[in-house]
Amino acid sequence: MAIKDYIRQRYFPQMWCPGCGHGIILNALLRAVDEMGLDKNNIVMTSGIGCSARISGYVDFHSLHTLHGRALAFATGVKLSKPELTLLVPMGDGDALAIGGNHFIHAARRNIDMTAIVMNNRIYGMTGGQYSPLSGYGKKATTAPYTTIDNDFDVVNLSIAAGASFVARSTAYHVLESIDILKKAIQHKGFSVVEILSQCPTYYGRKNKEGDAVSMMEFQKNTTAKLGSKALEKDPTLIPRGIFVDVDAPEYCQEYDKIVERAMKASQNNRVDQTLTTEAGHTCPTP
Amino acid sequence: MARLKLKEHVINRDWCKGCGICVHFCPKKVLELDSQEKVIAVRPEDCICCKLCELRCPDLAIEVVTIQTNQEAQTDQTTRMSEDD
Repeated sequence: MAIKDYIRQRYFPQMWCPGCGHGIILNALLRAVDEMGLDKNNIVMTSGIGCSARISGYVDFHSLHTLHGRALAFATGVKLSKPELTLLVPMGDGDALAIGGNHFIHAARRNIDMTAIVMNNRIYGMTGGQYSPLSGYGKKATTAPYTTIDNDFDVVNLSIAAGASFVARSTAYHVLESIDILKKAIQHKGFSVVEILSQCPTYYGRKNKEGDAVSMMEFQKNTTAKLGSKALEKDPTLIPRGIFVDVDAPEYCQEYDKIVERAMKASQNNRVDQTLTTEAGHTCPTP
Repeated sequence: MARLKLKEHVINRDWCKGCGICVHFCPKKVLELDSQEKVIAVRPEDCICCKLCELRCPDLAIEVVTIQTNQEAQTDQTTRMSEDD
């Protein structure tokens, strides 16, 4: 299938600003789905609120545009009721880790089979450029004209600590790598987190004098390095990219099925016990 | 070795926002922005069909249509340029 078969063409051109990295992530995600040959009728995308969340309107999958930060909660509901579906949950940095921080860590802890994509542009773009928990120390934003004093989360370490069984990072510039990682994340059975660094030339770029989309992508290229590469060894200040964790762990829906089975067996046994007692009562009347 | 040959660059001018990402990162400088700030292929003969412009376009506005020069089956990956740093 062509890429155009996976989108709702009537909503294009999309609403993101020129050069927004979210479009590149959409592009990469569509190609990952296409290369994997997934049936679009078996894919559900849930998203929250923000620039990033608008992505669910553009894809021709089943889609839920839900509450701010609650994309993972809705996805959990969908997955538990229909475990055979593939869940894709793209979220912005604020959506995933500020408003939805609790949903994020608990979805990771449960290891429920879905793919959380953190489209990290380090700012709240849609509401006018407020700093987010991923902006980092010393950055400028509409709400931090004299720079931020908040430290940022490390999405990768946070996800690992919370128990995600697949954790990876890439950038909008490294689109081939993103496609490859997204494919592996979707294939992975369990909670997968893929952080993709994105550019917001309109707010983050302008406020922090990082230039236009092109120079922000050059920045992504120059400040990151592949895990295990010589460049990273030489300069540990570079942001590592690649797959950090990929382990097999008990998946939530499968564990839930086991509980259902156990409960059914227990209730069956109870019923048998009850019948036996009643029968015993009848056959041995008290004198 | 089987090679992909360019047929044409299909550019959707309604979707292109002229961000210039494809123009800047094209390894052969095939693309340029025109007076209306929409991308055009000015040197299609230099195109090596790496399709990085297509993959990096945030607006899904460019498609590199290719034909195979011989019958050997070939995946896109083999001709893709390396994006490594």
